[in-house]
Amino acid sequence: MTAALRFDPIRLPPECEQLRKEVRAFLAEEIAAGTFDPHKPNREDTDAPEFSRRVGAKGWLGMTWPKKYGGHERSFLERYVVTEEMRVANAPTRRFFVADRQSGPVLLKYAPENIKMDILPRICRGEVCFAIGMSEPNSGSDLFAAKTRATKTDGGYLINGTKIWTSSAHIADYMIAIFRTSPPTKENRRHGLTQFLVKMKQPGIQVNPIGQITGQYEFNEVVFTDFFVPDDHVLGEVDGAWKQATSELAYERSGPERFLETYYVLTELVRAVGKNPDTRSAEGIGRLVAQLHTMRRMSVSVAGMLQAGKEPVVEASIVKDIGTVWEQALPHRVRDLAAFVEETATNRETLENQLSFAIKTAPKLTIQGGTTEVLRGIIARGLGLR
Amino acid sequence: MAESENIVAETAEKIFADLADAQTINRDKEGAWKAPLWQALTESGLPLSWVPEDCNGSGASLAEGFSVLSAAGRHAVAVPLAETMLAGWLLAQAKISSPDGEMTVAPASPKDRITLNADGSLSGKARGVPFAKAARHIAVLAGDAKGLSIALVDASKCRIEAGLGLGGDHSDTVIFDKVQPVTTRPAPKGFEQTHLMLMGGVARSLQIAGALESMLEISVGYSNERVAFEKKISKFQAVQHNLARLAGESAAALAAATSAADAIANAKSFNDEVFLEAVAAKIRCSEAAEKGGGIAHQVHGAIGFTIEHILHRYSLRALGWRDDFGSESYWAVELGKLVANRGADELWPLVASR
Repeated sequence: MTAALRFDPIRLPPECEQLRKEVRAFLAEEIAAGTFDPHKPNREDTDAPEFSRRVGAKGWLGMTWPKKYGGHERSFLERYVVTEEMRVANAPTRRFFVADRQSGPVLLKYAPENIKMDILPRICRGEVCFAIGMSEPNSGSDLFAAKTRATKTDGGYLINGTKIWTSSAHIADYMIAIFRTSPPTKENRRHGLTQFLVKMKQPGIQVNPIGQITGQYEFNEVVFTDFFVPDDHVLGEVDGAWKQATSELAYERSGPERFLETYYVLTELVRAVGKNPDTRSAEGIGRLVAQLHTMRRMSVSVAGMLQAGKEPVVEASIVKDIGTVWEQALPHRVRDLAAFVEETATNRETLENQLSFAIKTAPKLTIQGGTTEVLRGIIARGLGLR
Repeated sequence: MAESENIVAETAEKIFADLADAQTINRDKEGAWKAPLWQALTESGLPLSWVPEDCNGSGASLAEGFSVLSAAGRHAVAVPLAETMLAGWLLAQAKISSPDGEMTVAPASPKDRITLNADGSLSGKARGVPFAKAARHIAVLAGDAKGLSIALVDASKCRIEAGLGLGGDHSDTVIFDKVQPVTTRPAPKGFEQTHLMLMGGVARSLQIAGALESMLEISVGYSNERVAFEKKISKFQAVQHNLARLAGESAAALAAATSAADAIANAKSFNDEVFLEAVAAKIRCSEAAEKGGGIAHQVHGAIGFTIEHILHRYSLRALGWRDDFGSESYWAVELGKLVANRGADELWPLVASR
């Protein structure tokens, strides 16, 4: 029998609603002060270091981490609320998002104490930006084909090779990367990769920006030439990175950012059709809202299971699969439904600008952070097919 | 899920496993399985789950009853269990005791209206009433100038034009031609026909989600047995990805339906938030019935298209259930109107409130 999928109807606890109000009030102040425009997701520069510090000062970074590292020991469900409110408001989270979601938890688990004490409080204060060094020119979805070498030397390792599609590398203070410390073995092709903490902005690292079809420059090529990484920057087991990646993925894959990336076009469509939509618009909007609500309920359910200490790996992959396919199609559906919007709709120009950007953004959504194909492979394994 | 829900759901699950085995039912052309199944369900009090003990019911909670419907969906149960539960629930709203035996509800579509005449009789036509032909009584929601009333009607007093739904179960037109009810009482203050439709819609959503769970299970099982091109078809990536998508549709249906059931079970009134939950479930589960059921058939190939195979018991019923108590298109329009009326900046707060 197939293992049953579980999506219990988890509700956000009451303390989340007070927090939600605080986050909305904070974001409204930031918008009023001109930090960002919620109607313009297509900013050329999405880096906002001062905003990042203010979010940190609010206590909304490292929310679930131990207090001794600057964290706040709050629940994953509370973090969920902050994440979704920031995303829906189109807040500029680039500087802290990766560190808060992914890099911090990896350091918590695998970094030596001195490094945790040094870096984690700075993440919580919104002072440092992280990048993730996974893909290489000939190693994307096939992570274990990575070739960038880490060669043992006195007191550490020398890194040589190239990472690519590395988001935020141009502004990042640190990168958590996997490098090859040994060749793969016959029995285990995943063997031989090690996870490292890399301090960026040093000689031996060259960051080359790569233009994207949206017109933005958010990802990069990162070239390492005899770059030295000290021994205490090894994260976890040498040659054993493959054992470390799995449980964190559930957090990375099931969050609200996996279906809200293009949400703004739906809001603007509702504005454009007005109070009395025709049947076609009403039906289209109704279906999209039903789908959105369903995904959010699935996503909250996974967050609740994670909070309860479970490892819903398959469920999380399903959320990302369905969520990213949906947010990818959303601008196209909104475009269909907007076809008969009155020329006089006051937000017509805003909607058109947003659609233009969202349609250009859409192709990446089912590629970044695990392609649809990889996710379906994971789901299939969970179903007992592989 | 509370402990008591587990016990009620487990009771239902055991009865279905013992007396509603899909393979046995599919072979039985005479319907000999129906009477023992209904008797076992009745003895365990399941058809009147939602009826308080002082109205002849078993007084289970809404949540417990919903868990029975999930189980009924997993077994694609072809007796009027959901219908009798809904009828009992409707009658109980007006403190009318439920009679024994099979029941159904009318109207079963948000577009149909039944009129309560000055002489106490009922007039009107209700289309697509599930299992009307099999029901001894019909719980009817009817209106006059003063408001809505709930009536218990002897089914034999109505003209019933038999029809069949996609799954082969009765979906009939019930004509009330000055039919005198057994009992009529005013509906509680604030009760609307929409509330009956939302209850019915959530019941169908849970059934569809249950049927999809079973379709996923039998499709995965089949793909692990069937050999083509010298290997199990489960080893082909194209098949794996199709099954992963079926798992996604099944998961979406399950999440939407159980969330809506939880919302209704804990709601004090049918407000906008409960409306969103209930209609979103009906819309998303209906979409999943199409996409997921389609994949289940594709994985099975020709064998799944045969009357001998059990797949159609789940796939066709799930498709048929989409039409009851308002189709997904109908509810999508209503939800779209609600969202537009609340305004663009109220959409996210509505979604986030759940």
